[in-house]
Amino acid sequence: MMSPIPARLSRRGFLGATGLVVAFSLAGRAFAQQSGGGEGGAGPAVLAPDLPGSLKSHPFLDAWIQIEEDRPITVFTGKVELGQGIKTALIQVAAEELDVEPAAIHLVTADTLLTPDEGLTAGSHSMQDSGTAIRNAAANVRMLLCAAAAEKWGVSAINVMTTGTGSLQAPDGRVVSYREIAATMSLHVTAIPDAPLRKPSVFRSIGKELPRVDIPAKITGGAAYIHDMRLPGMLHARVVRGPSVGTQVDKTDIDLVAAMPGIVKVVRKGAFMAVVAEKEWTAIQAMRQLQAGAFRRVAKPLPGKGVVETLKALPTQEIVILDTNAPVAPAVKTVSARYTRPWISHGSIGPSCALAHFEDGMMTVWTHSQGTFDVHRVVAELIGLPQEKVHAIHVEGAGCYGQNGADDVSADVAVIAKELPGRPIRLQWMREQEFGWEPLGPAMVTELRASLDTNNVIVDWRHEVWSNPHNNRPVGAGGVLAGSEVTPGFPVPEGKPIPMPEGDGSRNSNPLYALPNMHVLYHFLKDMPIRVSALRSLGAHLNVFSIESMLDELAKAGGIDPLALRLAHMKDERARAVMQLAAEKFDWSGRRPGDGRIGSGMGFARYKNLGAYCCVFLQVEIDRETGNLAVRRVVAAVDSGQAVNPDGIRNQVEGGIVQSLSWSSREEMTFDADTRKGFDWSSYPIFRFEEVPGSVEVHIVNQPDMPFLGTAEAAQGPTAAALANAIADATGIRLRDMPLSAAKIKAAIGVL
Amino acid sequence: MTIELKVNGRSVSVHADPATPLLYVLRDDLALNGAKYGCGLGQCGACTVHVDGRPVFSCVTPVAAIGGRSVRTIEGLGTLDKPGILQAAFEQEQAAQCGYCIAGMIMRAQALLERNADPSEAEIRAYMRTNLCRCGTHMRILRAVKRAAIMLKDARTETGAVQ
Amino acid sequence: MRSNKKLMRLAAVAVILGAVGALGISYQPGIQPIARPAATSFDRRQVADGARLTAIGDCIVCHTVEGGKPYAGGRSLPTPFGTLYTTNITPDEATGIGSWSFEAFRRAMGKGVSQDGRHLYPALPYEHFTHVSDTDLRAIYAFLMMREAVHAEAPANDLIPPLGFRPLLAGWKLLFLRQGPIVADASKSADWNRGAYLVEGLGHCGGCHTPRNLAGGEEVSRAYGGGFAEGWVAPPLNGRNPSKEPWTAQSLFVYLRTGMEARHSVAAGPMGPVVRDLAAVQEEDVRAIATYIASRMTGTTSAVTSSEPVDRREAAAAQFPEAAALFAGACAGCHDRGAPMMGQGRPALANVTSIQLGAPDNVAQAILSGVVSPLDRRTPYMPAFGASLTDQQIAGLVNYLRARFSDRPAWQDVATRITDIRKSGEGR
Repeated sequence: MMSPIPARLSRRGFLGATGLVVAFSLAGRAFAQQSGGGEGGAGPAVLAPDLPGSLKSHPFLDAWIQIEEDRPITVFTGKVELGQGIKTALIQVAAEELDVEPAAIHLVTADTLLTPDEGLTAGSHSMQDSGTAIRNAAANVRMLLCAAAAEKWGVSAINVMTTGTGSLQAPDGRVVSYREIAATMSLHVTAIPDAPLRKPSVFRSIGKELPRVDIPAKITGGAAYIHDMRLPGMLHARVVRGPSVGTQVDKTDIDLVAAMPGIVKVVRKGAFMAVVAEKEWTAIQAMRQLQAGAFRRVAKPLPGKGVVETLKALPTQEIVILDTNAPVAPAVKTVSARYTRPWISHGSIGPSCALAHFEDGMMTVWTHSQGTFDVHRVVAELIGLPQEKVHAIHVEGAGCYGQNGADDVSADVAVIAKELPGRPIRLQWMREQEFGWEPLGPAMVTELRASLDTNNVIVDWRHEVWSNPHNNRPVGAGGVLAGSEVTPGFPVPEGKPIPMPEGDGSRNSNPLYALPNMHVLYHFLKDMPIRVSALRSLGAHLNVFSIESMLDELAKAGGIDPLALRLAHMKDERARAVMQLAAEKFDWSGRRPGDGRIGSGMGFARYKNLGAYCCVFLQVEIDRETGNLAVRRVVAAVDSGQAVNPDGIRNQVEGGIVQSLSWSSREEMTFDADTRKGFDWSSYPIFRFEEVPGSVEVHIVNQPDMPFLGTAEAAQGPTAAALANAIADATGIRLRDMPLSAAKIKAAIGVL
Repeated sequence: MTIELKVNGRSVSVHADPATPLLYVLRDDLALNGAKYGCGLGQCGACTVHVDGRPVFSCVTPVAAIGGRSVRTIEGLGTLDKPGILQAAFEQEQAAQCGYCIAGMIMRAQALLERNADPSEAEIRAYMRTNLCRCGTHMRILRAVKRAAIMLKDARTETGAVQ
Repeated sequence: MRSNKKLMRLAAVAVILGAVGALGISYQPGIQPIARPAATSFDRRQVADGARLTAIGDCIVCHTVEGGKPYAGGRSLPTPFGTLYTTNITPDEATGIGSWSFEAFRRAMGKGVSQDGRHLYPALPYEHFTHVSDTDLRAIYAFLMMREAVHAEAPANDLIPPLGFRPLLAGWKLLFLRQGPIVADASKSADWNRGAYLVEGLGHCGGCHTPRNLAGGEEVSRAYGGGFAEGWVAPPLNGRNPSKEPWTAQSLFVYLRTGMEARHSVAAGPMGPVVRDLAAVQEEDVRAIATYIASRMTGTTSAVTSSEPVDRREAAAAQFPEAAALFAGACAGCHDRGAPMMGQGRPALANVTSIQLGAPDNVAQAILSGVVSPLDRRTPYMPAFGASLTDQQIAGLVNYLRARFSDRPAWQDVATRITDIRKSGEGR
């Protein structure tokens, strides 16, 4: 065993001790070298490749778990709550392996001074990275506690039991609390990869539907969001920009506004402008006044053409995703199709918000960014502070579904706070600023061609996809809006693709089906005429839409049932199971055939071919008079490996289904040469209650003891495909260009 | 200017420009977190509160317009220890993902149930159309409202009085 | 008192119509019912033409009850003479027009006579539809006969007696029905003539936009002088249109096509469905309508006002300080300088026609009930303020808006008008 290190030493105290600082600062330099990485953002360096999950980068147990005298057990995660229920799930995982009640755990989420850097909370990695790390770290800790108790009692460690209530018990009944034992030992030891895990048959927390720990505050007006933070002496700020990326307000009467009562300052740094006031309403009115004049476009005009023309005019870099060849029977039927989706807004209900406080040379930033550690680096570079003088803390925002304005607003508020040392600043983006300035989900085009032989076996499969990079998450000052506005500005980094197996525009372009001749090519378009970045599921939305639509088009050409065609080509047993379960619950075999109005369709994917398996069946009803589309019922099945919180999985999948239906049937950001035209909910409408499906069921295939699989993005692609396939089944109309709108359906139906 | 208001049954005094939308007075002057800024344009419902029992968008309701009318926010429906019926129903249904829209949803639903104690699904959907949810929690919200209606009915049959 | 005047008016009408009707022209024979025509008997192109023409006539709006099946009737139409309920014009043989021959249909549209010989109330604007050509009537007939047949009986009309006595309508028609086609004006363009044909005929714009006399007929001498419909003012479409900037064929086209025109207006109230349904009409026809209407508006004179948009911010605030504060908190976020709408082509209040009208009704309706986008009726442009603002507060705002954005005379009795509008529940 390691020599004991004095008890009550906090992690911060540890960092001060010699030797250990070296280890962490080495890791720090490694961050700077990273870019891109698994999901974008800067990923932390790998120090211990044999360890599971994020333990690879943070192998010391006390980075994850601390058991101290007079407080709950503290568990640290570098991931953050986005409303996906990750806090609750991680608490369950920790409680399970530590064998304590969930209420005994206090979870600390991303904080650059307290928690491990686990990169982004994105890509459905949280359970796989953090859940796995915490599970194993907790198992390690439990093992060490047992060993220490065994030593104290002079018994064999395997005979020491945990009671489930935070205590250890000897065979003869002696009991000692975790706290007591922990005080005699050090958790500053590296994890071992194979610490024994608790078995599913004795699970007390994992697999249970623990109520979400964050919901109670949210339904009773508790302080639950970054928007609810109130710091002493806090000032209210609003940033002043033109209506849309690439525009600036023209000369305005800044002096007049600065002299208004209640205005503390008008901050100007190059083209960056913000107004700061004692009261929020004063700041808003001042912002309006400063934006009252004309604006002008300072960047290239926005593309006036549609998705296909715009994207195909851009220079490409060809990336081969798949190129497999095998001898096959001759093709007798070939189907070619092009599929598209437009630019889509994240549409967060709560526009982005951030707070910052610059005091005694230290900048503290409160942010809801998925990349809290990136925010820390961005702000340091933007403001010109050493990284150790910036402290970034994650506080929950509204759902972001990818990179919305969170990173930009965090940089904005830091610029402001630097100008007003000693005063905490709260900056709230306006609704129209969120719509106009956040990065959009990229538009994409795919072209597919596939062939069947006489036995309805797919013998040839070609998939080309055109896309901008999806990962433009700021890792340095050049990635945020303020970085281009301050002078001197920071160069905007070149967009880079995320390599497979994760992919970005290429994500899920590699079918999970066993197809003999697969040629998948990614036309990576690095020039971005419109500001884009990650939107939930990235390229999987269109790639899965395309693959699953093409399968149905092939099925129709071959006169074969769409499910049968898929099963005939799917070897992955878990995929088959999920398809068959969903089909059974939907009653696919007994379904009402498409009759001109009502029809059914399916879509399947395994997210990234690495994450959760998800199959969606849905039934639509079309009003032939208007083209209006109603989704009557949706049935989905999902396999997330060992389900930690089944209700959390259902919640995420239901939500993903409804969101994807809204994207796929209604949404597209429109432009003129100067601005985005979607700037409020009337010009960018999303689903309201009357449009959501009649019913949504989610069935979970639990896989006890299998690795956790990320689920949050699994439904976007399959739902979009199921919708297109149901419309085709109902009406014979094959729509390939999202949004699959009533107008397009009506145009195809014609006059009755 | 000093403005007197009745909020959640209590008289309060705030110093605010009379044009200030009620939303900012609630959040900044009275430290009430429930009503949220979602758009400031009366389009999303995240700011929904009641004025004399009617659901309004507090983001476009100037505080000077309130006068002697009573304002009720989600904090006035119940607390963690003693949740109101809708709050209890939303907790039971786990009807939230990010949850940002939920306080507005609950206030809107409360107004519905006060007018129509047993709404049909179609009536709930139509009444709730003023409120947006981006996470796609609609199905759970509908279930929570229906559950609350049932709970209300049970409470009434038990006590013989409207809760 | 209102009801006395009403009674007197009704009495006068009844006497006049009765006398005229008594001339015996009231009798019309029934036309033999037919079996519902087979779907295959109609040419698809003709049906498609009928769809567009029906959209111009906007039959669906009156002939569909809220939440009901299209064209199945049952919608209540309040008139000064009582409440009428629209008929079922789906091809249901029992309750719709499924057994109507084309002859019967043509007679109904051109002469206002039902298949069974009864006179139809001019809620069906047959004094306009009489101008529709036979070819077009055939196309509309084909389209209607291809709709889904719905079995639905309309409720009985609830008219003030003796106006329920249909033969009186013969007298009405004698006075107000000018049958036959529109005569083309050779001095005008083909576009203008097409517009005239559509507007005077199917479009029946005068049905709302022309003032009506005591008997409920349009006052031809004051054609397009403005009217009132469903709680909203239908602005004058002639030289008396009070818009700050004169409408042109182009701006009218944009308005009719998109429901919004930055220098004028948003299509609200009854114009919402009109714009929604014009979306199905081909561009040339909408342009023709715009050309014709624009030509009727040339010669806009405004003795009282200049044509520059007016914004007397400080003066209006001094005159109505409380309303100015309400405006700042409730309205400015969308409607004042620096608001996102202003940079995105939404009409500035200084340009908006409704503030320039002779009556405050449209402004009041918008404030009370909000404005829904006509093309996508799911998402409102403007929220309703009826719940958050009192009648007094809304009246103050209305007066403030008039003082700030118009140099026309102040509106009178605004508070009373708002209370009445709220009570009537019209215009939702």
